[in-house]
Amino acid sequence: MKALAARRHHRFAPVVLLLLALLVTGGVYAALAPSPASADTASTADIETGQKLFQANCATCHGPAAEGSTTAPSLIGVGAASVDFQVSTGRMPMQMEGPQAIEKPRQFDEEQTAQLAAYVASLGAGPAIPTDEQVDPALGDSANGGALFRTNCAMCHNAVGAGGALSEGKFAPALWEVTPRNIYQAMQTGPQSMPVFNDATITPEEKRDIITYLVEQREGSAGGLSLGSLGPVSEGLWVWVVGLGLLIGAAVWIGAKSS
Amino acid sequence: MSTTAKAAAGTADYLDQRTGVGKAVKEFARKVFPDHWSFLLGEIALYSFVVLLISGVFLTMFFVPSMALIEYHGQPASMDGVLMSEAFASTLHTSFEVRGGLLMRQIHHWAALLFMAAIVTHMMRVFFTGAFRKPREVNWIVGIVLMILGLAAGFSGYSLPDDVLSGNGLRITDGVVKSIPLIGSYMSYFIFGGEFPGEDIIPRLFTVHILLVPALILALIALHLFFVVLHKHTQYPGGGRTDKNVVGFPLFPVYVAKAGGFFFVVFGILALMGGTMSINNVWNYGPYDPSPVGAGAQPDWYMLFLEGSLRLMPGQTEYVIGGYTLSLNVLIPAVVIPGLLFTFLIVYPFLEAAVTKDKREHHVLDRPRNVPVRTGLGVAFLTAFIILALAGSNDLIATHFSMSLNAITWVFRILFFAGPVFAFWITKRICLGLQRKDRELVLHGHETGRIVRFAHGEYIEVHRPLDEQERWLRVNYDAHRPLEIEPAQDARGVRRKGYKKDRRMQRLSRFFYEDRVEPVTPAELAAAHSHGEHDTLAGAPEHQEIGSGAPVGGGRTIVSPETGPDEQNR
Repeated sequence: MKALAARRHHRFAPVVLLLLALLVTGGVYAALAPSPASADTASTADIETGQKLFQANCATCHGPAAEGSTTAPSLIGVGAASVDFQVSTGRMPMQMEGPQAIEKPRQFDEEQTAQLAAYVASLGAGPAIPTDEQVDPALGDSANGGALFRTNCAMCHNAVGAGGALSEGKFAPALWEVTPRNIYQAMQTGPQSMPVFNDATITPEEKRDIITYLVEQREGSAGGLSLGSLGPVSEGLWVWVVGLGLLIGAAVWIGAKSS
Repeated sequence: MSTTAKAAAGTADYLDQRTGVGKAVKEFARKVFPDHWSFLLGEIALYSFVVLLISGVFLTMFFVPSMALIEYHGQPASMDGVLMSEAFASTLHTSFEVRGGLLMRQIHHWAALLFMAAIVTHMMRVFFTGAFRKPREVNWIVGIVLMILGLAAGFSGYSLPDDVLSGNGLRITDGVVKSIPLIGSYMSYFIFGGEFPGEDIIPRLFTVHILLVPALILALIALHLFFVVLHKHTQYPGGGRTDKNVVGFPLFPVYVAKAGGFFFVVFGILALMGGTMSINNVWNYGPYDPSPVGAGAQPDWYMLFLEGSLRLMPGQTEYVIGGYTLSLNVLIPAVVIPGLLFTFLIVYPFLEAAVTKDKREHHVLDRPRNVPVRTGLGVAFLTAFIILALAGSNDLIATHFSMSLNAITWVFRILFFAGPVFAFWITKRICLGLQRKDRELVLHGHETGRIVRFAHGEYIEVHRPLDEQERWLRVNYDAHRPLEIEPAQDARGVRRKGYKKDRRMQRLSRFFYEDRVEPVTPAELAAAHSHGEHDTLAGAPEHQEIGSGAPVGGGRTIVSPETGPDEQNR
């Protein structure tokens, strides 16, 4: 204590004290401050901007307070993940009625999407946008992901995620170009015809395994051109076109010298 | 004489003295074969079968036909640590660990698809040219049995890796077998050694795939080729070609070189496909487990018509009678429809011979247009087959062309019945039209586009007559007529036995030959020519200079001067 007492008139003492005071205040605030509902980093300003964007672009169908209408569902409690999925893939706002909302170039940028998500999240608790770690394909186990994918997803999305048909013009889209975050959100929120795979059905780690498996499929096939990974129909088409096509060409060439 | 030649001659002489092989070589080397590209289609099938044997022997060295479960460790990452059958594990091992294993697997599978495609194309050639007529009916049947054995080989091989996709196929097979009334469930237990999937099916299919079916195919190929040698090869119609000769080149050296070379072309293209295009990546589908089914689960293309037939059949046709289920929704599409299709193929040569009352031998092929009903029926058959195959791919059509799966299914249901009828009608019309065009050509010659104006103002187009070869091709065919039968009662008014049967046959014969275009007769040709000559001569004598030589032509046309043989030989 002597050393401290000796230096209390040091000319830097007030500065050190001030820094200490700030640190304590900040620490206490961080420990005691109430955490925001679900939009992790959203400020009130964000929510307000989001509300304005919502009024201008979404309220026609989803209602002025997102309560839904005869044509569109209520968005209260769908969570930020759902908004982020629908808006960042361009499915919402919908361009036209159809069997299902079609993926198209996104209409809102990263920031606007976050603001819309913050607004909808502020209406009621729902799944939050997953963190980067939750969707990092490098951290998952593709063998486990493949097994889960075969049992839960392949019947609509095809064994490697090349997509498949559903009834009446609906379809399960191909997953080649879907971002890991969107894959996670789709499982979490079950957009359109897709069922919800909540954290009790498929845990967050298992979701990440599935993402690892799907991302691994993008590396192509060990055997050469993948032919769309569509199975025997595309293989059959190619054997007629390339195989028999070339061979009939060769046969005509071999038989040409006659007559 | 060089040393090599001496050694060769010595060896040949040694063999000849002991086996008499020289006679056979002489006989075969001089055997004449006609030349046409479509005669090579069967060879494609033969050579893909040879490739199948070679690559298949390689694969049996590494495949383990067992359904015992093991935990797999190795490539690819998505299969590491997964529980699977030894059959599936050994397939992965062959693909990822064995040098050249994946290439061999892919060549083998592509060759299987090509084998069936070549067989089907070869059958089309034989059917549409009437090569199945006497004396080749038996060889046609041998060919059909070969095709069915090809289906069996393909199906059994497809199921061997024990992946999810082929397991789904086996499950469908199990369902089809069970749909057979009375014996179905017993048959299923017999095949699978208990309830599906059991542990016996892979070893059993292995025996079928590598022993039973290839041996039968090999034996029947030998018989098929023996018949080709025995009957001699058919030839396309043309000047100098009759049912009593074969116009072509001797087997040695021309065909030995052509056919031998073609084997390497087939092998090369299969190797190219196997090396660059992936096929049946079983690790995509995963090891078989009865619970999962992937979207787009389809069989290889030659079984696709069965898949389509099942997909089109409405599901309401399942009845429960006295506690027993009659699954017409499976029985009709998977047993009855293919049964009808194969029966048509087997019966057709005999049916056509019966309605034609044709007992002669045929070695000159028909041009498809000259037998309009046969050609029409063939196209109708293909239409039905293709519609079923497309129906088997209905989900991929839906996703790739953004259509409703339900709408496609209904369209195909209607097309399955309407399509063949329409295809038959339009093909028959096209054939008759082509025959009329041939008549027109023979009678009036080629249009030359040369318009001549006479002194008195009349315009006329100059026609060039057909040369001998062209004319022969167009007039030398049989236009069969419907059967004439004896009257219902004989001269004394007694009812004739067998009249009803004759009458039925006559009705069928009318369906075949009522509409026909007769070939131009020599009398008609002469009349057409003299008519033209008369016309030109009477009209204006000064026309002579344009139609110098003997002006021939029909109606209001005259004919250009005869050109040299070089120009005519087109």
